[in-house]
Amino acid sequence: MLRDDLFVNDSYSVEARHDEEHGKVVRKKIVFVTVLLTIVTLVEVLLGVFVKQGTELWPVIKWLFIAMTLVKAGYIVAVFMHLGDERKSLRYLILIPYALFILLLLYITITESNYLNMLWSTYF
Amino acid sequence: MSGEATKTIDPKVLWGGGRSPFSVSYGKMMMWFFLVSDALTFSGLLAAYGYVRHSYTGAWPIGEEVFHAFPFMGTTHLPLLYVAMMTFILIVSSVTMVLAVEAGHRMDKRGVIKWLGLTILGGFVFVGSQAWEWYHFIHGSAGYVVTAEGDKAWLTTDISGKSVSEVADFALIFNRGTENERQVSGAEAINIYNNKLQHVQGANMTVNEYGPPQYANFFFFITGFHGFHVFTGVIINILIFLNVIRGTYDSRGHFEMVEKTGLYWHFVDLVWVFVFTFFYLI
Repeated sequence: MLRDDLFVNDSYSVEARHDEEHGKVVRKKIVFVTVLLTIVTLVEVLLGVFVKQGTELWPVIKWLFIAMTLVKAGYIVAVFMHLGDERKSLRYLILIPYALFILLLLYITITESNYLNMLWSTYF
Repeated sequence: MSGEATKTIDPKVLWGGGRSPFSVSYGKMMMWFFLVSDALTFSGLLAAYGYVRHSYTGAWPIGEEVFHAFPFMGTTHLPLLYVAMMTFILIVSSVTMVLAVEAGHRMDKRGVIKWLGLTILGGFVFVGSQAWEWYHFIHGSAGYVVTAEGDKAWLTTDISGKSVSEVADFALIFNRGTENERQVSGAEAINIYNNKLQHVQGANMTVNEYGPPQYANFFFFITGFHGFHVFTGVIINILIFLNVIRGTYDSRGHFEMVEKTGLYWHFVDLVWVFVFTFFYLI
């Protein structure tokens, strides 16, 4: 495994300066992500307009929406916020606590709302 | 036992203090920590929305049926198009922001001014678009009346500012969207309207024409909280923009402030990506 503290990518530390060459690489990446975000958003809107809720296809589309959202979020965080270019330790410091909290929150809200829904539709 | 202690370790490998172990500045790390806490807040809001929606046993409004208006297009049915446009504006302003950050790393002051200026412009356009959307959501369409018997009857035409007897073809639709849908018009409809308990049009905090009151409450809170973030982001961007023009960061030797405000701006875009999916699409 690569030792992160040995193979440092410090391209975004305060002391870092980018030359024209590096700028070109970064801009190329930015253009790629821009195109990707636009296309994914367009697909989302078209699916939202043409697939009605409650149809047989809808559950698939719903999960597809969530997957596409996570793809978009991943690219925004990794490239636009360049967390992907930060040190691995910082990356995990940001992402792991957040992911743990959210997974717990989702677990609680989904089970509890399922239960409430069942309760209300049974007794009221 | 003394194996570890006697082994010589290259001092360059060890972190010996004096610089951040994460190789980021104090300010940038604190910005990240703030963003994590803010992300938890927004996740909490969206999770609460999902919780209420999922536990609700009646029909929940569908995004494309609520948001189908576009400025200057009257009543033309254009589902989600306006929100899609807002999303695109925010993505574009995020792109101009990341280009400003990129220019900052090359110490290209003119590039930073150009891209940051465009970012601020995009932010204003987004906030303005949201204001229009709120106006339209609150104003609503023709709406429905709650009859004296407690039934729901939908108006066929918007009568705002007029009295019912002035409106030609005034009619009410009962059981809209079901098999028993029936339309009442003429004097009978006017009579029902005059004896109504309530005319619900648009949305406020207690009642709205789209669905349960929580729907409008969550709309106001989530998009409002996000809009407030965009507004704050624009203000911070303007302050940084003025500093860039004054040459503060040239003399400081780096443009990291642009990068930090950029992190915040991208975060605002990130939140919108989720709001767009969970509030408008699903």
